[in-house]
Formats: sequence, structure tokens, C-alpha cells
Amino acid sequence: MAERLAVLKTYKLYLKGEFPRSESGRTIEIKDSRGRTLAHVCRASKKDLREAVRAAREAQPAWAARTAYNRGQILYRMAEMMEGKADEFVTTLSATVPGGKTRARKEVQAAIDRLVCFGGWADKFTQVLGCANPVAGPFHNFTIPEPTGVIGVIAPDQEPLLALISLIAPPLCTGNTVVALGSEAHPIATAVLGEVCATSDLPGGVVNLLTGLREELLPVFTEHRDLDGLHAAVASSQDRKTLELGAAENLKRVRVHTATLDWYDERDCHSPYWIEPFVEMKTLWHPSAT
Amino acid sequence: MRARTVDRIAADARAASFTRRSIKKESKLAGLKLALSMLDLTTLEGKDTPEKLRALCRKAQRPAEDLADLPHCAAVCVYPTFVALAKEELQGSRVKVASVATAFPSGQSPLAVRLAETRAAADAGADEIDMVIQRGAFLAGDYETVADEIEAVKANCGSARLKVILETGELETYDLVRRASDLAIEAGADFIKTSTGKVAPAATMGVTLVMLEAVRDHFLATGRKVGVKPAGGIRTAKQALHYLVMVKETLGDAWLTPDLFRFGASALANDLVMQLRKELTGRYAASYDVTES
Repeated sequence: MAERLAVLKTYKLYLKGEFPRSESGRTIEIKDSRGRTLAHVCRASKKDLREAVRAAREAQPAWAARTAYNRGQILYRMAEMMEGKADEFVTTLSATVPGGKTRARKEVQAAIDRLVCFGGWADKFTQVLGCANPVAGPFHNFTIPEPTGVIGVIAPDQEPLLALISLIAPPLCTGNTVVALGSEAHPIATAVLGEVCATSDLPGGVVNLLTGLREELLPVFTEHRDLDGLHAAVASSQDRKTLELGAAENLKRVRVHTATLDWYDERDCHSPYWIEPFVEMKTLWHPSAT
Repeated sequence: MRARTVDRIAADARAASFTRRSIKKESKLAGLKLALSMLDLTTLEGKDTPEKLRALCRKAQRPAEDLADLPHCAAVCVYPTFVALAKEELQGSRVKVASVATAFPSGQSPLAVRLAETRAAADAGADEIDMVIQRGAFLAGDYETVADEIEAVKANCGSARLKVILETGELETYDLVRRASDLAIEAGADFIKTSTGKVAPAATMGVTLVMLEAVRDHFLATGRKVGVKPAGGIRTAKQALHYLVMVKETLGDAWLTPDLFRFGASALANDLVMQLRKELTGRYAASYDVTES
């Protein structure tokens, strides 16, 4: 019998809860470490990014209006769906990232744990980042954190799944919506994460995932005036400069990490200070009885 | 008057074909600016206030204060009670004041009342009067009454130009849209306008095409140029460009001027400004880059 012809997948973008191809029609061929074609992913254009931002902006008020508890539940549901797709993540990651299946499994597990962690923070970060302030008058005075809006995420090539989750989960859990560009070198995990999002009760538009070339899209991310913040991990100082210069134009909040940070360090990466850059502090004065 | 019939399938197919042009770079920039200059910035709500109108007038004069070389809008379109205020706010500018009249949006008032309203708007200084036809009479087949009323309103407009709103959303068929267009043009309309904006569907490409063709046939027969104004439902810059393509390919360049083609819209202005901002600065704009209404 003839050898069966393998069916190669063309992964698509995840925009507004749907899986469109890039409007540009462009794709990138992904090869495994032995040079065999593994799959194709979309090469997103700046118009795809524009559509993603539009979707995220539309989805943001309703996402922020959900109860914190419900957002936590949905992030936990994402973790559940990732657990179910763990083998697929391990296979796709180990095909292109050096270190084999053992490394890949460790990464996938850490990524799931990170999502659970920030799912937990969803109804707790206000207690840690907010406060009751002493004031010299008959008032209660509270400071409460509120979501910033639409956050652009740029993920590095290091730990492509874990880093992506680490960058999107903190802004997401507070009620921000996210437009993320996944790793350029290892994009399949980003595309598979879209399939997780689509089956996790996440409303369409809350998470939007793009695959493509960092050099092409980075300037569009930084200069897009309707993105309120950027959460990125980059390897070069040039990329860092591009991000900070472009973002200065419309005063985006920017938090840039080094791509090579220890993504497995839970003392660092599970901290609520990953949430803090993408909340706005609102202070309320309320008359007290006495 | 001979009744012209319209092939709906062909009209819709032709209208759809205008949405498939690729308009980029300089042509896009020129198209966006042209669309902005053809805009009748409209507010027709019971809750309109003087301050809202002042803001609208400022916006019509300078749609985006920080962008150089943008045209002003063609007109503001308001209820008769606001004409005097709009005139005052727009003093010294070339933005015109259009006033709806004749018991807008239904047109269901005694003729004397509708004529008095028209006179009041014209006396208050309106440069343009947007009247509605009595759809009840028209649909009952009483074309003569409708034509007589248009003539009577025209006679009460003074020097103001008359736009006749057909309210195509209530006319059921393209045949009736064509018939109403011909009737309004014959009765002396300076412009024919699709809709009040209070009825869905408002302007569509197909309906506007039928009206453009009525204008074309009238021009070929008599040499008189009548304007067209689609109103309601045109919210994006892309849609506006589609309409401009349709005007150019149906009536030619002569109609690509605010004197002969207008958009009746409010939200469209913001999208035009956002797209112009993108073309001029290279950056995608944010919702806070434009006004709220």
C-alpha cells in the first residue's frame, strides 16, 4: 500500500473570536528542526493588526464589566482547555524549539500553571494593588485599580508559549483586552492557543492572536494610537528603543521585559506587579458618618 | 409622464460592482477629502440643544483642528428652530445651513403648515431646504398632489435650494423610487435625497444608483443638473468612497462637487477624519482623536 500523504495544517489568525486568514493572503512556511515542512502560518499585515485592535476595543467594556470572579473562571477554563491540548502543544513546540519533548512538556505545564495563577489574581489583585487611604477629614478614601484598555503584546522567541501566556494573562485578568503577536520563530503554539481561546468561554475580541514578522509589525503596534499599553519581551535594544519611542507619541503604558528572563521563576512571574503596569488607579472620596 | 421601470437585479449588481475598485494612496486621500467636503453634518434629534449645535458648527468648519489642508463640510443639516443659531455660528464661513422642513420626517401635516414651516426656515436664513414628500399620497397613486406640493414648497423657498427627500425605505420598489425621482426632478427639485434617516433601510447603493440614473436621464433630456444626496446608513469612509465611484461612473466628474452631490451623515465625519489622519500621519487613529458626536 502506498504511504499515506500527511495532511499539513495551515494555521490561521485568531481575530474577534474567528479564524480568518491574513487579509494580505501571505503565509509563512514552518520547518521542523530537520528541515521538513511542518505547517504554514499566516503572516499578519498591518491591516490585520488594525482589525484586531478594533475588535479588542469593541470587546473591552463588556469584558471589564464582567465580575472579577467570572474573568477568573474563564482564565481557569482556558487552563483546562490547554491541559486537554497539552500533547499537541508539546508536539508542536518540540518540533521547532531545541530541547526536545521533555523541555516542551515543562514549558506547557508552566504555561498552564501561569494561567491558573492569574485566573486566581482576577478577584484578588484589587485587594493588593488598591488601598484605603488615611485622610484628614470625615471621608472614606479608597484607591482602586481599573483596567487600562487595549494592550498590545509582543512575545519573544524564548519559551514561545510560556512567555506569551505570561504576557497576556496579567493584563487580561483585570479586564483589559489583548492583541498579541506571538513568537516569530516558533509561531505554531500561538496559533494553537487561538483554538484554546475559541473554546474557553472567552468572548470574541478579548484575546486576538497574530503570527507574523516582528520587524514588520512592531512599529505598527507602537504607533497605533488606539492601543493603550504595550507588554513586550524583546531580545534587542533596538526593538526596545522602537517600542519606547513609538509609544511615547500617544503616551502608551509600556513594560518591556528582557526576552531571556527566567520565565520559570514563579517568585517573579507570578507577582501582581506583572498586573500593575496595566491598571489605572482611581481614588474615591466617600463621606463618612462621623 | 412616462413611468420608467427598473431592473432590480441589474441595478443591484451594478451597484455592487462599484464596491470592487481598489482606491489607494493619492486617490484615496483625494477621495476622502472630497467626501468630507460633500458632507451635510446632520443632527436631527428631539434632544438637540444649542450647545450641541454650536459644537456641530465648529466641527463642520474645522473637522480636525490639527490636520492641515482639510476641507470644511458642505453644510450642517438641522431642524428649523436651529437655523438662526446655525447661521450665526457659521457667519464668515462657507459652510451652508440646511434645514429640514415640511413636517419632517413624516410630512403628515396640512399643506399650509408645511409651507409656513418652509417659509420660516428660509426667512431665518436657511441656504437649503430639505423637504419630505408625502409618502401616503405617493403610495396611494396620487402623484399629482405630490408634484403640486413640491412645486408649492419650491415657491416658498425664496433663494434657498430645495432638496426633496423621497424616503426610499418606504417606497417598496425601485420602480417607485425611479418614479418619485422623476416626479421630484420635474417638479423643480435642486437635489433629490434618499432618506430622512428615521426609517430603515436608509440610503443603499442600489437606491442611490436608481436616483443617479434618473438625474442622468433628465440631464441628457434637458441639460439641467440636479444633485443627489444619499442620507442615513453611510457610516464608514470606505462606503463613502464606493458612492463616489458610483457617482463618477454614472454621472461623470461634473457631479463630483458639493454643489451636486452630498452625504447626509453624522458618524461618517469621524471615520473620514480617522482615515485621513491615518493617510496623513501613517498612524492608526484612536477613538479619542475625534469628537464624541
